[in-house]
Amino acid sequence: MLKDITIGQYYKTDSMIHRLDPRVKLFGTLVYVVTLFLHKSPVSYVMSLLFLIAVIGISKVPVKFIVRGLKAVAVILVFSVGINIFFIPGEPLVKIGVLRISRAGIKTAVYLGSRLIMLVLGTSLLTFTTTPNELTDGLDKSLGFFNKIKIPVHEIAMMMSIALRFIPILTEELDKIMKAQTARGIDFESGGLLKRMKSMVPIIVPLFVAAVRRANDLALAMESRCYHGGQGRTKMKPLIYETRDFIAYLILLVFLAAMIYLGFFSPWR
Amino acid sequence: MSILQVKNLVHKYITVGDSEEDKQEVTAIDDIDISVEKGEFIAILGKNGSGKSSLAKHINGLLMPTEGAVYVKGMDTRDKRNLLNIRQNAGIVFQNPDNQIVGTIVEEDVAFGPENMGMPVEDIWDRVTSALEGVGMTAYKEASPNHLSGGQKQRIAIAGIMAMEPECIILDEPTAMLDPKGRRHVLSLVKALNREKKITMLMVTHHMEEVLLADRIIVMDHGRIAMDGTPKEVFSKVDEMKQLGLEVPYAAELAWQLRQEGVPLSETITTREELVEELCQFV
Ligand SMILES: Nc1ncnc2c1ncn2[C@@H]1O[C@H](COP(=O)(O)OP(=O)(O)OP(=O)(O)O)[C@@H](O)[C@H]1O
Ligand SMILES: [Mg+2]
Repeated sequence: MLKDITIGQYYKTDSMIHRLDPRVKLFGTLVYVVTLFLHKSPVSYVMSLLFLIAVIGISKVPVKFIVRGLKAVAVILVFSVGINIFFIPGEPLVKIGVLRISRAGIKTAVYLGSRLIMLVLGTSLLTFTTTPNELTDGLDKSLGFFNKIKIPVHEIAMMMSIALRFIPILTEELDKIMKAQTARGIDFESGGLLKRMKSMVPIIVPLFVAAVRRANDLALAMESRCYHGGQGRTKMKPLIYETRDFIAYLILLVFLAAMIYLGFFSPWR
Repeated sequence: MSILQVKNLVHKYITVGDSEEDKQEVTAIDDIDISVEKGEFIAILGKNGSGKSSLAKHINGLLMPTEGAVYVKGMDTRDKRNLLNIRQNAGIVFQNPDNQIVGTIVEEDVAFGPENMGMPVEDIWDRVTSALEGVGMTAYKEASPNHLSGGQKQRIAIAGIMAMEPECIILDEPTAMLDPKGRRHVLSLVKALNREKKITMLMVTHHMEEVLLADRIIVMDHGRIAMDGTPKEVFSKVDEMKQLGLEVPYAAELAWQLRQEGVPLSETITTREELVEELCQFV
């Protein structure tokens, strides 16, 4: 039902990856994404892939859940691979009418495709193994240095967690408004694009008004419960590093170093 | 010393329209004096727009007096340095439970107040545990608030206030959006917290059955206090209540009508039992 909508998709189970500190996982995702762009040779691709497979294995998230995430980007994937296959110039291997496929084209397409797939799988693993709460806490804590350049990290993290709380409520409200407006005879289904866009107005306006009213109420409630920004605030579940987190950091650094070596200095560059 | 003192309180809302000249002033609270003793259970009555919510927000320091002053445990709400202390001592529960729950998990929401107060981790856990126990919601501590009923959500909201260990709780129509079952649960909880934990309660309400729980009733009208007394004193003045556009409990209403017809019933009848008892004496 609508109540069950969450951002990303958390897969609840108990694994080493799930138990890691969210800051480690954020750092890990960052390292993984960066190294994907250092790739130049098949060896680094294989390394990346092995690393991903290992992490997925440890995370105990079923592969079918993870692969499902690819559906969302399937169009982009096919499109970009297609363009590369056909339009990279070079000595043609196959000719189909005006289209010609070169060796260089295939090579780039395969590299690009696998890079995209690994990017999506790697980042979705973060949301599979980390609850939205942990994620915002992790961001709040690990981006603390941004405060120095006047970026209100705590406030942004608070906004994210409030958004997470209210998205299901507002979706429900949207559902109610749509039903109420349908009962008044507004037709959302038929007509051209312009007509359909016009029919959205009686939905968007009440939804917006309701959201603002809720925001106002919530602000009062938060203030009455002594909220005064991040200053002097403690946490019920503070993030504390355990030994496993340091080990994970170490592994990530070794991985990063290996990928840099493979990308810039190794004979297979 | 009284826990709460409202002295000559006046509050004017200023609404600005499209142009500067379009300014309008609404006097929501018009010279109010109230003094509340520790442990009292007060019901605040009054028709829509009589200023009940505005009064409630003053006690918590969410609104500032235009004139006069509000003191919570002797602390002036106008002094910014007192605000956190005041809010910890006088919590407020609003009408819509959805709009006052901040956390995505029940226990994390209850912890919100203590977290803001900067308490140490172990103390937060202790308080959350006992607050959830106090409202009978321990079994749901890891649930998402979105999966709870209205009454349960309102109990979580009350737990969130209880976790700050206030001496006084203000409830602004806490049962208005609940079904009868949820309402009963919330009311018996409020009553129990008042009796057992000696927490001072100020409850804004429109429901007559809820009013009878209180040991003092304040009736507001046009930003002023129209009546202030025990339920018996207030409900014996049926004429006055009707003029203010308010109901009285059914038994009091019936006794009043019988008196109009010349039946000699006493003016202090507010409950069914009392009415039955007096009527039986005629048989
Ligand atoms: N934010 C505001 N801006 C301007 N006027 C306001 C505002 N809030 C309340 N008022 C006005 O102040 C008066 C008192 O409002 P208040 O909400 O305190 O009444 P109430 O007794 O709580 O009513 P209800 O029973 O409907 O909750 C009303 O006339 C109202 O229109
Ligand atoms: Mg009100």
